[in-house]
Amino acid sequence: MIGKWAPRTGAPRTGVDRFLTVLRVFAVGLVLVGLAAFVAQEISTDNAFARWANPDATGLTGAQFRGLVISGIAQGAMYGLIALGYSMVYGVLGFINFAHGEVFMMGAMTGMITSNKLADAGLWESNFIGALALVMFGSILVSMFLAVVMERLAYRPLRGAPRLIPLITSIGVSFFIQNMSIVLFGPASKAYPAVPDWLRDKHTFLEIEGAKIMVIVAAAVSMAALWFLVERTKVGKAMRAVAEDSEIASLMGIDVNRTIVKVFAVGGAFAGMAGILWGILFRSVIHNTGFLPGIKAFSSAVVGGIGNLGGAMVGGLFIGIAESVGPLLVLEPLGVSGVSQLRDAVAFAMLIGVLLLRPSGIFGEKLRAEDRT
Amino acid sequence: MTATETRPSALAEFAPPRRARDLDWRRLARLGATAAFVQMFVSLTAMPVRLDERPVIESLLSLGYLFIGVIPVIAGNRIGRQVKLEGVPIHRAGRYELLGGTLAGTLAGAGLSLLVILITHFDIREPLVNWSPQLRDLLSFNRGPVFGVLIWLGIGAVGGLVGGGLRLLPTRWRRTLLTMAFVVVLAAILEQLVVDLVSGVGLEPVAEWFYARRGGLTGAGAGVAAAIAGVASFFGRGRLKAARARINTLEGPARTKANAGLILLTAAVMIVVPLLVGSLTNELLANVGLFVLLALGLNIVVGLAGILDLGYVAFFAVGSYTAAVLTAATSPRINPELPWFVALIFVVVITGLVGLFIGAPVIRMRGDYLAIVTLGFGEIIRLLFLSDWLSGWFGGAQGITAIGGVEIFGITTIDGTNPRNIFYLVLVFCAIAIYVSWRLERSRLGRAWMAVREDETVAEAMGINTVNVKLLAFVVGAILGSFSGAIFANKVGSVFPSSFLILVSMVILVVVIFGGMGSIIGVIAGAALLIGVLGGPKQPGLLQEFSEFKLLIYGALLVWMMLARPEGLIPSARRSRELHQEEFLQDAWLRGQVEADEEAGDEPETAERS
Repeated sequence: MIGKWAPRTGAPRTGVDRFLTVLRVFAVGLVLVGLAAFVAQEISTDNAFARWANPDATGLTGAQFRGLVISGIAQGAMYGLIALGYSMVYGVLGFINFAHGEVFMMGAMTGMITSNKLADAGLWESNFIGALALVMFGSILVSMFLAVVMERLAYRPLRGAPRLIPLITSIGVSFFIQNMSIVLFGPASKAYPAVPDWLRDKHTFLEIEGAKIMVIVAAAVSMAALWFLVERTKVGKAMRAVAEDSEIASLMGIDVNRTIVKVFAVGGAFAGMAGILWGILFRSVIHNTGFLPGIKAFSSAVVGGIGNLGGAMVGGLFIGIAESVGPLLVLEPLGVSGVSQLRDAVAFAMLIGVLLLRPSGIFGEKLRAEDRT
Repeated sequence: MTATETRPSALAEFAPPRRARDLDWRRLARLGATAAFVQMFVSLTAMPVRLDERPVIESLLSLGYLFIGVIPVIAGNRIGRQVKLEGVPIHRAGRYELLGGTLAGTLAGAGLSLLVILITHFDIREPLVNWSPQLRDLLSFNRGPVFGVLIWLGIGAVGGLVGGGLRLLPTRWRRTLLTMAFVVVLAAILEQLVVDLVSGVGLEPVAEWFYARRGGLTGAGAGVAAAIAGVASFFGRGRLKAARARINTLEGPARTKANAGLILLTAAVMIVVPLLVGSLTNELLANVGLFVLLALGLNIVVGLAGILDLGYVAFFAVGSYTAAVLTAATSPRINPELPWFVALIFVVVITGLVGLFIGAPVIRMRGDYLAIVTLGFGEIIRLLFLSDWLSGWFGGAQGITAIGGVEIFGITTIDGTNPRNIFYLVLVFCAIAIYVSWRLERSRLGRAWMAVREDETVAEAMGINTVNVKLLAFVVGAILGSFSGAIFANKVGSVFPSSFLILVSMVILVVVIFGGMGSIIGVIAGAALLIGVLGGPKQPGLLQEFSEFKLLIYGALLVWMMLARPEGLIPSARRSRELHQEEFLQDAWLRGQVEADEEAGDEPETAERS
């Protein structure tokens, strides 16, 4: 049913279908009217349409808009990195690893601990690049380890169980890791050490903060590395084979369990990478750091088409930009006050909207036959 | 695991005993290392430190020590676990169990010894907040690190020996011993409730004799409790089961009579108990009741229809806010100050509509997408209540305060100042919810839900309109949840967006899954145990010392339940058969019961019972 607009042929149109049609039209209409009002307000704040939509609107300056888009891209790149883990696991095992956001959080947490230790030792200031490489290595290692342990203890015993059972388990794992972080590291928010000036200064004609450039570059490099791994190596080939059909893959001599462990490890590594980037960009981490980015990253995976790795990255950028620009572009022109509070609501609404309009995502899903129900 | 547990087989007598030299060293190492790791982890969460304030037996044992002391026992017991072929163990318990148990227990204890050494020599308080000398002193009984290291090796060895030794005992003795230990711990945990209840019927001296002044059982009290439990377990074994079986075999009017008697008895207990206990306990009972109501609602969605709704808190929130806006004089935009029962009509209608509105877009989605999207809706609703945009209606972060009580025909007003009345109010709604769930489960609609849960495609082929049926489950669940919300608003007297975090959804989900999806009794028991003992998201339970760890435990419990017992504590017969279909068939075949079962007709909807 997923992926079709109309109900199956022969099925009568029900009230639910009509309601959904109204909802789709309403959602698209809302976005279009909002955009139109925004454009109208940009042209001139006192044309009739702009005033009708929101008399107090001031519009955005070019610099503001550029700033929002760029921070959206930087956020989105991180969502994309996390989304890769969701997408890969969903492609191979067919369930949402709800605890993946927590792997990201633990990556950021590990980065906080190691970077503070290095800052105490003075290495963080004297040799920032080296220290950062060390911190990244540590975080990636911890995140990989956590993801693999999770798979081994919680998910492997549930192979072949009904699909909701591993999902519920992963919710439990997520809950456990979050609260473990509270009791082990304390409930307060913890800060990263100060970063060098060149990461805080604005560079190039676009005036992007150095940290954001770093995030975007790191995401691009990671993406390229993943592409190479999946498309050009034997391990990647095994992963693709298992994702396509694990039974046949095992008949071809692929060790399915080991391949799945590798999938978790790679997903965990990217989450750890995203965790460090998060730490550098926002310089603080707390036990529920992983929750919202996790959900948004999952949304990104769905938006790009779950199981589709390039799609996950694009979906991440899409969600990142949408949540950063969307409230000001669509809601503010319509006279909604305090729109920045609705950022997260916009991100969730994006997920709902995409599932309503195009459930298989922008680029289409890549799933096992039995998951495409 | 109803399906796999078998009676002790006579064949087991012929199995050769396991010898000490059969010991599987790799298994031992793995188990020991795991136990040691668990010991260290539990200690570093500060659980023992906090729980040390809670004595089990006065000046002898605290819950904290019990918690870390029981791990070697479990490790010692686990090492003797063996694969059963066709329900028959390969070996009889022998010296293997004693040796293996001792070694595994020692390894588990060594975890704590290692921790004592590490804390003495290194200081990593920076990331690990509980890496403190206080923990080391607790672990070494304030007698220095050397004593600590040695004592935990000793405790581990003895604990492991006990754990392994349990396997050598005849089943009856083992059960008796475990029951004794369980009852003593339970008596200590339920202290507040028991003291309150016993004092309520005018037997303070008994309570004073059983419980020490500073908490915990007295030595004599523990002894008596253990003795009573032991005698009851040893001689009463099987009586309870037999009684239940007798009731289950009753049919026709006799069955109705027995059921009515049980229901009346339960109702009487529920009405009398709050009269006997103080307001603190009544508060606890009211909280449990609110969560029973929520869990019963979610049970219809998750348990009966098999829809994983992670945003259930949305309906709780909508119910609360609707009741608050309509009854409070201070609500920002509209304040009709309706009487609570009139407002309840609006609550039902509005929550039903919200249920439809949320349900309609998600109902066609894949089960797992549905879960995340409902979670999104749950957050969106909270964010909307919190936002400045709608603060003109709902007060934003300040919420709505000064919500009046529930007036009952001018006789009394029920509000948070009198938790007993709140409990009675909750009780009435729980009774309604139980009745509704119970009737629905046996109705055509309930059967349709279960069919959809088992296999949607087949259900559709059988002529069930799956979309409408699932939507109805959503709406019914929403309405039951909104009752709880409406009562909550009046109980607390104020509503804030921060009371409706996704966390609440998760806790309700744990309650439902722990109790048993689809089982009314199970869900009630789950709520009573988890919310009553550990506490809700913001509500304290009987074990207040646990409040920092309850969410950690909920998470672990959820994972463990899914792995070990997905059908829950008190499973519904049908659900557990779905989950263990293969095992069940195999087991039934082993017992030669397949035909017997079919004849007994224990399907709930056989003709004579529906």
